[in-house]
Amino acid sequence: MVKKIGLPLTGEVIKELKAGDDVLLSGVIYVARDGAHKRMIETLELGKPLPFDIKGQTIYYMGPSPARQGQVIGSAGPTTSGRMDSYSPRLLAEGLKGMIGKGMRSSVVKNAIKQYEAVYFAVIGGAGALASHNIKKSEVIAYEDLGAGAVRRLEVKDFPVRVINDIYGGDLYQEGKTRYRID
Amino acid sequence: MREIDAKEITQTVSRLFQEACHYLPEDVLNALKQARQNEESPIGCEVLDGILKNAEISAGGQIPLCQDTGDAVVFLELGQDAHIVGGDLYSAVNEGVRHGYTQGYLRKSMVSRPFSARVNTKDNTPAIIYTDIVPGDSLRIVAKPKGGGAENMFRLIMLSPAQGRQGVIDFVVGAVDEAGSNACPPVVVGVGIGGTVEKTVMLAKRALLRKVGEPSPDTETAELEREILERVNKLGIGPMGYGGRNTALAVHIEVFPSHMASLPVAVNLECHSCRHKEAIL
Repeated sequence: MVKKIGLPLTGEVIKELKAGDDVLLSGVIYVARDGAHKRMIETLELGKPLPFDIKGQTIYYMGPSPARQGQVIGSAGPTTSGRMDSYSPRLLAEGLKGMIGKGMRSSVVKNAIKQYEAVYFAVIGGAGALASHNIKKSEVIAYEDLGAGAVRRLEVKDFPVRVINDIYGGDLYQEGKTRYRID
Repeated sequence: MREIDAKEITQTVSRLFQEACHYLPEDVLNALKQARQNEESPIGCEVLDGILKNAEISAGGQIPLCQDTGDAVVFLELGQDAHIVGGDLYSAVNEGVRHGYTQGYLRKSMVSRPFSARVNTKDNTPAIIYTDIVPGDSLRIVAKPKGGGAENMFRLIMLSPAQGRQGVIDFVVGAVDEAGSNACPPVVVGVGIGGTVEKTVMLAKRALLRKVGEPSPDTETAELEREILERVNKLGIGPMGYGGRNTALAVHIEVFPSHMASLPVAVNLECHSCRHKEAIL
């Protein structure tokens, strides 16, 4: 059963999401990799505003390949989320509600997901051509000098993601592995 | 003495990287299709369908398989009777990378000053180049875009010889288990055993160039590959780590004699998008 969700995420919607859920996201998501995360945290430490209002928003960990003429974006699959682990709790404290990437999160991040009532989704890694099809608009809004690591604002339609970590402590990576492990 | 023009090397390197980033090798595609057939997890099947669909889209040549088009690893086998003319070999290779990544709309991922400023070099150079001198008068070029996600899961150990075969199995299976979803499974597991530290690392990397599922020609090594693959696919990690039977498509092991005091083992994982392309000039 696919859940169609409009962004930004609301507290009500987040409460309904469980690890393993198949979700289609529509609306605005922001793109940032570790380089941009590092700068955002430095910005917060200086008491300055982030490049976008993070409250209620969703960040996609992604660095696209360049777009050809006529393309909205190039290949646009997720990068490994673990590199954002040291930065994410601070952003969750600022009001970030959704994270999209691939790969395991630290126990600190998983606890922060519960504490701040957020959600971690994954996209199929290594399938960036497929992921690009559901991105309807893309613009660089900050840190252009980071190239593929710049902060972007995307508009997505029925962008396919899978819930990995929910507010109840559910973890698809652990649950899936336990289910199929042969000892 | 046969002459090979540096310009031809540049053009070939450029073409190989562009092709490698858009077209999965036939053996990889077949391994993925076979995985789809035997996968028991419904979510795992959906992931594999997505991966195969992605390969179809990318084969149009307009959008890369993965946004991470890698660092540009180049293996050269230069015949000792060949003579490069019109420029130096490594400059020609780097120019090919520069051209291929720019003209082919591939992502430039290389950064200089990696421990500090991390400044993008803007053209994906320098290439990582390895050269072997071989008999003959031709030049074999293998282009291997290597993504960062799987590369970061690399593991190396200097086992005690007493740990032997079982030690190797446990270490390799542990490395794949630890990598979990991060390396974009189903992975190809490249393993180097023997040699010195850097030799075993190179063996592991080169093992990734073998056709997926083609066993080692050495029967003892092939048996070890089979046994490790079976253990790995019992881990339950599955496609993209969502749970399932297909955690690895293949285990490839390359072996070299080692010092009598040592048993080095290296594990270099490759994601399901096991990209490489070669040409002979």
